Amino acid sequence: MKSLSVQNVGKAYRTYRSEWHRFARWAGLPVKPVDEHWVLRGIDFDVRPGEAVGLIGRNGAGKSTLLKMLTGTLRPTEGCVSVNGKVFAILELGMGFNPELTGRQNAAHALSVMEADPRAAAAAMEYVEDFAEIGEYFDRPLRVYSSGMQMRVAFSVVTAMRPEILIIDEALAVGDAYFQHKSFDRIREFRDQNTTLLIVSHDRSAVQTLCDRAIMLADGAVVRDGPPEEVFDYYNATLAENVAPEVTVTRHDDGRARTSSGTGEAKVSEIGLYNRRGEQVEAVGVGETIELRVRVRVYEAVESLVLGYGVRDRLGQVMYGTNTWHTNQVISSPSGGDEYEFSICFPANFGIGTYSIQTALVDRDTHLSANYDWQDLALVFRVENFDKTAFDGCLWNEPTIEVRSLAS
Amino acid sequence: MVANLWIYRHFILNSVVNEIRGRFARSKLGGMWLVIHPLMQVAIYALILSKLLAAKLPGVESTYAYAVYLMAGMLGWTLFNELLNRGLNLFIENAGLIKKMNFPRVTLPAIATASSLVSGAMLLLAMLLLFPLLGFGFSLAMLWLIPLIAVVTAFGLALGLLLGVINVFLRDLGQATPVVLQVWFWFTPIVYPLDILPEAYRNVIRFNPMCSAVNGFQRVLVYGEPPEMISLIYPAAFVAVLMPIAVLAFRRADEEMADLL
Repeated sequence: MKSLSVQNVGKAYRTYRSEWHRFARWAGLPVKPVDEHWVLRGIDFDVRPGEAVGLIGRNGAGKSTLLKMLTGTLRPTEGCVSVNGKVFAILELGMGFNPELTGRQNAAHALSVMEADPRAAAAAMEYVEDFAEIGEYFDRPLRVYSSGMQMRVAFSVVTAMRPEILIIDEALAVGDAYFQHKSFDRIREFRDQNTTLLIVSHDRSAVQTLCDRAIMLADGAVVRDGPPEEVFDYYNATLAENVAPEVTVTRHDDGRARTSSGTGEAKVSEIGLYNRRGEQVEAVGVGETIELRVRVRVYEAVESLVLGYGVRDRLGQVMYGTNTWHTNQVISSPSGGDEYEFSICFPANFGIGTYSIQTALVDRDTHLSANYDWQDLALVFRVENFDKTAFDGCLWNEPTIEVRSLAS
Repeated sequence: MVANLWIYRHFILNSVVNEIRGRFARSKLGGMWLVIHPLMQVAIYALILSKLLAAKLPGVESTYAYAVYLMAGMLGWTLFNELLNRGLNLFIENAGLIKKMNFPRVTLPAIATASSLVSGAMLLLAMLLLFPLLGFGFSLAMLWLIPLIAVVTAFGLALGLLLGVINVFLRDLGQATPVVLQVWFWFTPIVYPLDILPEAYRNVIRFNPMCSAVNGFQRVLVYGEPPEMISLIYPAAFVAVLMPIAVLAFRRADEEMADLL
């Protein structure tokens, strides 16, 4: 059983020497387009019912075009898209609302497209009003809305009834934190009821919390399809400008993919985690002071060298990260053959679990202008609770609790 | 296509209501403008041209005959004109909806037709209220308005849809059509009676399908007589040719339309 199946799909925008050629083609004459611009080609994947898939990729990679074909507003030029069940979608942050009409009228209009039965549509309407929580604005014309309010209405409309497939394009980032939480809960609720989700977002944590799979598009093709953590690492590695750095993915012992990339002017040659006694460790206690030792070798002279590192949890979310640009320890003009050792000490104030270290050798505060060497999952370690009070969560934040008995 | 119209009937109804609401929004007189506009035109022509042309109206002995004649022609023309203009911009105006929601596009011409008919009905109602004041009564012949309106609607829809489809790809059409319509208006005997033209011109103008259709409205409303059969058959022949072409173009364009909007 597939919820959604995309088979060898391609989309081309055709231009003709003159529009008259296009009309002649409709009439069945054998006219060839002058130019075919392929925005997507050879896209092939299936999605199971109830699966949540994040779609990532740079602007122009073809994400929105793909979603439009899944929704049905665009037709594929070649290949075939088959969809099992009702599809509701928010594309390009809207649903074609009319600014002169009120939120209520717009919602009713959109619902009448989505649901043929007027009674079900009326019931959905009540839900929309409750969920959007925009008060009296609901009966005012849309043109006086803020973009957040418009998004609230659009999101409420699209989630008013449970579809078999829900498509959300970039919409999760809009709106305040409160509404984001609400929308996430609603989406999760759908997912638990076996709705298939397709989400486009540049927000790593949104995709990682909601999705169990991610697909990365680049230049109109699927370049990665797998667990979100792995696909995001790869995506991140390809973000550096100008140069197309070589990205390599190797499998870690535990089966997780380890992504490294970079232009190679400098490289991390050795990395290790040590306890206070100077012993290399793989498991540390909560709150224990540990030292991350990173040895870096310079292969080619560069203007400046910055080491950045981050501690990430199991899902790939960064718990803490900084770099020597922020700490004012930039190495200026290192030359080929130089070697440096960085000793980074910090307390392991993390919750119980496994964590990974990522490292980056760059020229300044981001890895977008130059990326010499980038390693995800450079090192994995475990945090265990040996001597602290039992606690939950990802942060060790020991409290002092006083309990006073009050006279009744 | 037809089945989709039925499934999406609530959407169509909702859209027509929204459209009418949209017209009322932020204007005091709202939908009244739909009636005021053609009636003002009638008033202007009546004022300026009545002395010149009233005497030429054969067979009616009323000072207001010319005004009624104008109204009759204007009713048919306004309906046609509105359908054509709506059709022309149909897909461009609804670009947002077409790109963002998946719905059968055949609902769009249905919505345009329904809302044009609503405004046509408002105009007809206003005229029927005016007629007794001008000394013109009602007659059973007025039932002929139904087939007349139907044929003009079908003609306007077919031509409008065809132009609307082409307009998505060739935007010049959106600019050219109003100019052509202006000329077309004067080549249709609405403001003047056909008889005042020299024989030679008359024969040329008779090729205009709107000429015979408008003549039908005039016979019914001014003279209280049934229209000549040609008033229905000739425009219907145009519909029979244009409608299949328009539907075919619409179906073919459906695939590519969203790419260009």
